[in-house]
Amino acid sequence: MDLIGQATSLLEYAAQVEDKGRSADDLAFLRFENQYFNTQLVEQKNGDFAVTIVRQWIFDTFRLPFYEALQHSADKQLAAIAEKSLKETKYHWKHSSEWIIRMGDGTEESNKRVTDALNLLWKFSDELFYMDDVDKELISQGVAIDLETLRPAFNERIQYVLQQATLQLPDSKWKLNGGRLGRHTEHFGHLLAEMQYMQRAYPNMEW
Amino acid sequence: MVNETTIWNYLEEVPDPEVPVLSVIDLGIVRAVKVISEKEVEVTITPTYSGCPAMNYIEKNIRELLTEKGFEKITFHTVLSPAWTTDWMSEAGKEKLLAYGIAPPVNEVDKLILFGDAPVVRCPQCGSENTKMLSQFGSTACKALYQCNDCLEPFDYFKCLR
Ligand SMILES: [Zn+2]
Repeated sequence: MDLIGQATSLLEYAAQVEDKGRSADDLAFLRFENQYFNTQLVEQKNGDFAVTIVRQWIFDTFRLPFYEALQHSADKQLAAIAEKSLKETKYHWKHSSEWIIRMGDGTEESNKRVTDALNLLWKFSDELFYMDDVDKELISQGVAIDLETLRPAFNERIQYVLQQATLQLPDSKWKLNGGRLGRHTEHFGHLLAEMQYMQRAYPNMEW
Repeated sequence: MVNETTIWNYLEEVPDPEVPVLSVIDLGIVRAVKVISEKEVEVTITPTYSGCPAMNYIEKNIRELLTEKGFEKITFHTVLSPAWTTDWMSEAGKEKLLAYGIAPPVNEVDKLILFGDAPVVRCPQCGSENTKMLSQFGSTACKALYQCNDCLEPFDYFKCLR
C-alpha cells in the first residue's frame, strides 16, 4: 500500500509537470507496454514467497540510499516525496531483510528457496542504476541523483544482510536490462492486462 | 468573523475513519487553516502514510463539516514535507487511543536495526508490560498485532513512525 502511495505521489507530480491534461490515473492505466519505463526487476511475478521477498528486498535496498539522496533534490516536490517515502522505506527494508535472514539462516529447504530466488533475480539488479540522457541532464541541474554514487551504500547493505543470512550472490555476472528503454519481460503483459482491464472495459470509470 | 481557532475547534469533531476515536486534529493530519473570508477557508493536510486510503475520505468529511458551518469555498492543500510522524499525535489523542483499546506509539529503536527488540508495549486492558508482538501488521498497515501474556487479550499497537 505504501508503494502504491509512493507511485501515486510520483505520477501525480509527473502529470502536473507534463501539463498535457493527463491525470495520474491516465499515466498508470492507459499507457502501452513500451511506454512503461520501470525496471524489469519490479515486474517479476509473485507466487514463490522467496522470489517475492528477494525482489522486494533488492528494490528496498536500492530505495533507501535513493530516497536519502533525493531528499536533497533541487526540485522541492521531489524532495518532499523522497522525505515522506524514506520513512516508509526504512520499514520495508527492515521487513524484507529480516525475511532474507530468516530464510537463509533457516532450514535446508528455506535456504534452497531463497538461494534459487537470488539466482533468478540478481541479474535484474544492475538495471536499477541505469541512467539515460534525460537523467544526465536532470543530474546536472541538481534535480535527479547520479545513481552510480548510490552503489557503495547499496552493495554494503546487500552484503551485510547476505552475510547474516549465510547466503552469497550468484557467481554469474550476467546482467539484464531493457525495462528503462520500454522493453519488458513476459510477466509484464500479464500484469498490465490485469491492471488495465477495468479502464479498458469501462473507460473513465471512477471508484 | 470566524477566526482560525474556531476552525481548529470545529475540526476536533472530524474523526479519523480508521481510528474513529481520534480526530484529525489528535492525529496531527491538519497542518494549517486559513480563514480568507466569511465564506472561504483554506485547509492544509498531510497524509499519515503515502498509501493511506483514508485521505480522500478525510477531505470529504472536513468539507462536509465546514459546509455545514456555513463556508462556501473550501480549498485543500496537501503537503508531504515535513513528513508526518507519530510524534505529532496529541497527548489527548494517545489517552483516547488507550481508552479505546489500542496501545499508543512508544519510542522505538531505529528501523534500520535488524531484529532489534520489539518495543515494550503496555497492554491497554490490564496495564501489564508483559506483552509480545504477534505480527508486524495488524488490522491496518499503521498498526501491529500484540498479545498480553498476563490477561491473554490480543490488542492493536499503533506503530511509531518517525
Ligand atoms: Zn493484559
